[in-house]
Amino acid sequence: MSGARVLVGTKKGAFILSSDGKRKDWQVSEPLFTGWEIYHMKGSPADPNRIYVSQTSGWFGQQIQRSDDAGATWAPVGNKFTYEGVPGTHQWYDGTPHPWEFKRVWHLEPSLADPETVYAGVEDAALFKSSDAGATWEELAGLRGHDTGPHWQPGAGGMCLHTIIQDPTNPGRMYIAISAAGAFRTDDGGKSWKPINKGLVSNFMPDPTAEVGHCVHHVAMHRERPDVLFMQKHWDVMRSDNAGESWREVSGNLPTDFGFVIDVHAHEPETLYVVPIKSDSEHIPPEGKLRVYRSRTGGNEWEPLTKGLPQKDCYVNVLRDAMAVDSLDSCGVYFGTTGGQVYASADAGDNWTPIVRDLPAVLSVEVQTLS
Amino acid sequence: MSVQGGVLRTVRVKLPYHLQMLARVETEIEIDVCEPVTVRHVLDALENRYPMLRGTIRDHVTQERRPFLRFFACEEDFSLDSPDAPLPDAVARGEEPLLILGAIAGG
Repeated sequence: MSGARVLVGTKKGAFILSSDGKRKDWQVSEPLFTGWEIYHMKGSPADPNRIYVSQTSGWFGQQIQRSDDAGATWAPVGNKFTYEGVPGTHQWYDGTPHPWEFKRVWHLEPSLADPETVYAGVEDAALFKSSDAGATWEELAGLRGHDTGPHWQPGAGGMCLHTIIQDPTNPGRMYIAISAAGAFRTDDGGKSWKPINKGLVSNFMPDPTAEVGHCVHHVAMHRERPDVLFMQKHWDVMRSDNAGESWREVSGNLPTDFGFVIDVHAHEPETLYVVPIKSDSEHIPPEGKLRVYRSRTGGNEWEPLTKGLPQKDCYVNVLRDAMAVDSLDSCGVYFGTTGGQVYASADAGDNWTPIVRDLPAVLSVEVQTLS
Repeated sequence: MSVQGGVLRTVRVKLPYHLQMLARVETEIEIDVCEPVTVRHVLDALENRYPMLRGTIRDHVTQERRPFLRFFACEEDFSLDSPDAPLPDAVARGEEPLLILGAIAGG
C-alpha cells in the first residue's frame, strides 16, 4: 500500500508522521531522542527502512543514530568527525583567522544507490562520507582545501554546510552549499571542487559578485533535470540551467525574495515552492500571513498558496531544511515551522492542513514515499 | 579484582539525563575502573563499556572535558584538576559517586 512517512527534526527531539497514500489521516510517533536537537533525519533512497539522524547538543556534542527497521528501533553509530590533516583557519565574523572546529552535523544525505553510504554536511563547513552505514567518517577534504577555504566566513547561524545534492545521472557529480561561502560542485566524486556562484549578487559583501562569500540558504534540483538548479539565497531566488556555471534571478513578483526553503515538484520540473520571509532582520512572514508561493514557470511568475494556512497573526519562520515533497501521483508538499506546526498538502500546494500543530520548533522535514 | 596485573575498583558514576538516555542506563551506574581511580580511568572504563558515550564527555582527539560538563565528588569540583589526579578514597571505595553534570543554562 502506498503512503508517506514524514521525518521531522526539532529543537527537542524527532518525530515520525505516517499516513497512507491519501495523506488525510496521520499517525504522530512518540518523541524520539527527547531533549536533543535533531538537525536532520533522512531515509536511504536505496532502502527506505534505513534512516539516518543527526542528533546534537551544545553540552554533549554530536551523535548519529541509525534505524534499519523504518524507525522502530535505533542505535547510535559513529560520531567521530575529524578534519583531515592540520585544519588551518577560516575567517571569523570580524575577518580575523579562526581555527576550523567541528560543531555539529546539519545535513545527512544518504547515497542514491548504496544504503551503506551517507554524506554529512557539518559546521564548521566540511563534507564527510561514511561507507559503512555511519560507523566511521572520513572528510572529503578537497572541498575545505579549496584555495578559497581560508576566506570563508560564517553566516549568522554558523558556517554550516547545509545542502548536499547528488546528480542521479552522473555518480561523480555532487553539489553542496555553505552559509556563507556559496555553492560548490564536484565532478570527480568529491576530490576537487569549484565554486559555482557566477551571477549571484550579495550587496552585504565588499565585492557583491565575488567568487565566494554568498549566503546561500538552500538549493533544489529535479532528478530528471540535474543540470537545472534552483536556489533560495539570503536575498534573491535564483536559477541555473547549466549545472551552476551561471545563475539568473527569478524572484519575479514575490512579495519578498528573502527566505530559507526552496523545493521542486516531484513530477513537474518547472514547478517550484518557496516561503517568502519578510527580511533578514525580522524572520517572520510578511503581513502575518503564512504563504507558500508556487511558480509553474520555473520562476519569475509566482502565485500565493493560502488555503488552510494562517492568514493573520502568524509570525513563525520556516528554516532551510524544513520543506520536502513526496512523489505520489498527486505530489505532496510538506513544511515545518519554528512554531511547531507541520503542514501538508496532498494536491501540490492547492490545499494545506496541519498534520500536527504543537511540536517543538521544527528544524528539518524530509519525506519518504512508500510504495 | 584485577585485570592484566592492575587492580580494579567498582566505582559509582552518576550521568546527566541526556547521557542516561543515550546509553540506556539508570541515573547511577557501577563500573570497574583500574587503579588509581582518576577521572581519566573512570572515563576510559565508561567509554569502553558504553561506546556511544565517546565524544560526549570529552573530546575524541584531545581528550579534553567538554566545556559545559563538570566533574564533582564528595561535594568537591574536580573539573579543573588534572584528569590523572586520584579521586577521593570514598569514590575509589564505591562509597560516593563521581557526578558528571551538565551546566544548567538556558530558560
